[in-house]
Amino acid sequence: MLLVLLSFVILLASAVAALCLGGRPSRAQDAGAYGAVAASIAGLIPSVQTLLSGRTETLSLPWPVPLGSFSLTLDPLSAFFLVPVFTLTALSAVYGVDYLKAYSGRKPLGLVWAAFNTLTAAMALVFTSSNAVLFMLGWELMAAASFILVLFEHEKAQTRKAAFIYLAAGGAGALLLMAVFALLGSGSATLDFSSFHSPSRAAASAVFLLALCGFGLKAGFIPLHVWLPEAHPAAPSQVSAVMSGVMIKTGIYGIIRILGFLRPWEEWWGWALLIIGAGSCVLGALFALAQHELKRVLAYSSIENIGIILLAAGLGVIGVTRGAPELAALAFAGALLHVFNHSLFKGLLFMGAGSVLHGAGTAELEALGGLSKRMRASAVFFLAGSAAACALPPFNGLAGEFLIYAGALRGINFPASVALAGVAAGLVLAVAGVLAAAAFVRAGGTVFLGEPRSERAAGAHESGPLMLFAMGALALLCLVSGLAAPFLLGPLAFAVSSGFGPLYGFTAGIQGAAPLVYVSAGGLLLLAMAAIAAAKRKVFLRGKKPAEGVTWDCGYAVPTARMQYGASSFSQPLTDFFQPILRKIGQYPVISEYFPGKASFSREAQAVFYNELYAPAAFRIRELAYRFSWLQHGRLQIYIMYIVVTLMGLLLWKL
Amino acid sequence: MHTFAELTIVFIVLLDLSLAVAGSLSYCIKLVALQGVVAGLLPLLAASGAPHARAVLFAAVIVGLKGAVFPWLLMRARDKSGARKDVEPLISYPASILLCLGAFVAASWLGSRLPLPETHVAWIVPASLATIFTGFLLITTRSKAISQVLGYLVIENGIYIFGLALFVEQPMMVELAILLDVFVAVFVMGIAIFHISREFDHIDTAELSELNDWRRGEYGK
Repeated sequence: MLLVLLSFVILLASAVAALCLGGRPSRAQDAGAYGAVAASIAGLIPSVQTLLSGRTETLSLPWPVPLGSFSLTLDPLSAFFLVPVFTLTALSAVYGVDYLKAYSGRKPLGLVWAAFNTLTAAMALVFTSSNAVLFMLGWELMAAASFILVLFEHEKAQTRKAAFIYLAAGGAGALLLMAVFALLGSGSATLDFSSFHSPSRAAASAVFLLALCGFGLKAGFIPLHVWLPEAHPAAPSQVSAVMSGVMIKTGIYGIIRILGFLRPWEEWWGWALLIIGAGSCVLGALFALAQHELKRVLAYSSIENIGIILLAAGLGVIGVTRGAPELAALAFAGALLHVFNHSLFKGLLFMGAGSVLHGAGTAELEALGGLSKRMRASAVFFLAGSAAACALPPFNGLAGEFLIYAGALRGINFPASVALAGVAAGLVLAVAGVLAAAAFVRAGGTVFLGEPRSERAAGAHESGPLMLFAMGALALLCLVSGLAAPFLLGPLAFAVSSGFGPLYGFTAGIQGAAPLVYVSAGGLLLLAMAAIAAAKRKVFLRGKKPAEGVTWDCGYAVPTARMQYGASSFSQPLTDFFQPILRKIGQYPVISEYFPGKASFSREAQAVFYNELYAPAAFRIRELAYRFSWLQHGRLQIYIMYIVVTLMGLLLWKL
Repeated sequence: MHTFAELTIVFIVLLDLSLAVAGSLSYCIKLVALQGVVAGLLPLLAASGAPHARAVLFAAVIVGLKGAVFPWLLMRARDKSGARKDVEPLISYPASILLCLGAFVAASWLGSRLPLPETHVAWIVPASLATIFTGFLLITTRSKAISQVLGYLVIENGIYIFGLALFVEQPMMVELAILLDVFVAVFVMGIAIFHISREFDHIDTAELSELNDWRRGEYGK
């Protein structure tokens, strides 16, 4: 526990140091990065210890804030979320040193590092605090720090809009959370988590709904996601990695914690989580397929993965309320394992996108291509991350989803409603998996394969050694945690126990072991086959010189890069099918002559929920507010009159 | 026993009424200063027996601030602004005095209804409420920024007298805090008025509404 505290101190001290050294960018970079790495190591040690031993540690310091206490608790659930936080922070910091070098002198790097380290400290505080006031402090600090990072390229109007939406979403979420804690803590002297007691049925449902919306605004599931695809791509890439990899998981953590305070659960909570998760994962994958910018593809993929986690949690809640503990245990274990795995591969993918942005100067899919020849290592790492994101063995994306599938299939042995939930969850996962695979084939293929579609892509260069090291480490972790998934079950069982109840943790440990061993065995087999194939190729090619040709020349004698399939054309069959949902706008050329002249083609993905739901709603509110603009005339005297009249009214009313 | 204090109360109410009809800015400033001084001396008059040294010191500070420093600051602001020397009321003087009288009637009724402890001095609660109302009247019906500061000071006088009504002996802590606020506020307002008049060539608050950011043309963007 003291090491966690030490980690806080290092993070905050290095943040201050980086801010003070802002005038000398390379010094600021050093202070920020060394601080982040040292703090991460200090934080990882107790987290891993807690996960291995299953013990809970607490620390309480005096803190003279009303209703507050400086109480930290490191239980296996917290530790399970802290491990990815510290892992990703350390590697992102290493990555960031190379990545931000290009901005030296143009951007206040001291501020960036200060915000980055504060963000990590805030996340660690959110995951460990066991007092609502302290929790909200960490929560708001997290929002503020990430807001600064989202504003990194504030000279772009789009970034400012993204930051504003992000701020608004964060504020709304925090407001709802205060209501949650007020309801939970009513009647007790402090807002310590340990003093919370489950409210009555109706109030418990209200708490659940408020928490779902409040934490949902941070987790970013559909339809509360509008800020996510705007804000995540706007931040520097290593920050996008942290935000998408671990920061949105604070929402998931919050929902799990609140569920822990509310006993017994209602079945419809499970259905709510299941339906929201299902919608989120299918639509998230679908929108990812329609995006034209690499980081936006990844942001929508995060929405999809949050959906998967929520879906599994919903399935588990249904299992618990319907008396199906094995199903619940597998679903909960799958949800948590996917939290861990997603943070690794999404961090890797965002760093890969950052390398593309760094090397080619753009992340627009239609301007890229052929980067695997120019950025070989980055391409391999991105491929590994993509394979994990598509839940392909031997990488780690599969393990969590496999546990969820295994749980969903158990549902068939139970009464109709549980069976329905299981089958629905399985089907939705399969559909989302297919769409996600299509999205990543499209993104990876367009960026790394074929020929460059622009001069910038043709002149792309490989990233620096620190960036490659960070990506390589994450790719290796993705591979190892995929193969070693059965060994993760012990810590996972502890985390499930402390998050959902001891019964489910124990069951998860037993039930999850068998299927995961098969997954790992299959992964190893696949690796062995790949190794054999590579060896065979080497043997066949010994002493021969293989010919080289262009990719995708489609039978043309003199192909040009413009003849390749683009990102739009690759996904067109699918996106046309889902046009009623995607609502892409654009124009097709209509060819009516034998020798057509110049033609142009454009397709643009829409932010459907923002345009169709939030913008009209905001417009209505503004319109309504405008009706009262006669109150807002700018005359000081009348404003004071309002105050006097209000005060007099209150006085007379109370008399 | 408290005849003298009661006469002072009457005097304060009369000052309220004359503030409602005073047209010259400098006359208004002097009236407010006089009211402040009288209110500052009130605890010495109302106290039974010899006053404490602390109370005397305190009264001296109040009299100094309200009788000398504030009027000086305000007179300076009036001179520097170069504006017209009358208060430019938004409603006529008869209407002002009628409202002020109405406020006194309402204050008398309110004073009898408020659940307050027994007071030593008759009419002190209605008088304080009437003074507060007069301050609001000055703020809401006069267009010059200086009048707003004056109204603010009159309200402060009212609050001070009200505080006296509640704790005749111990208004010190409350008053000290309020006095600090008022001092800072008058200081800031004095500077602000000076700057506004320099930038805009007038201190008419109505014209300041041009500074607001609510424009019809931007609607819906």
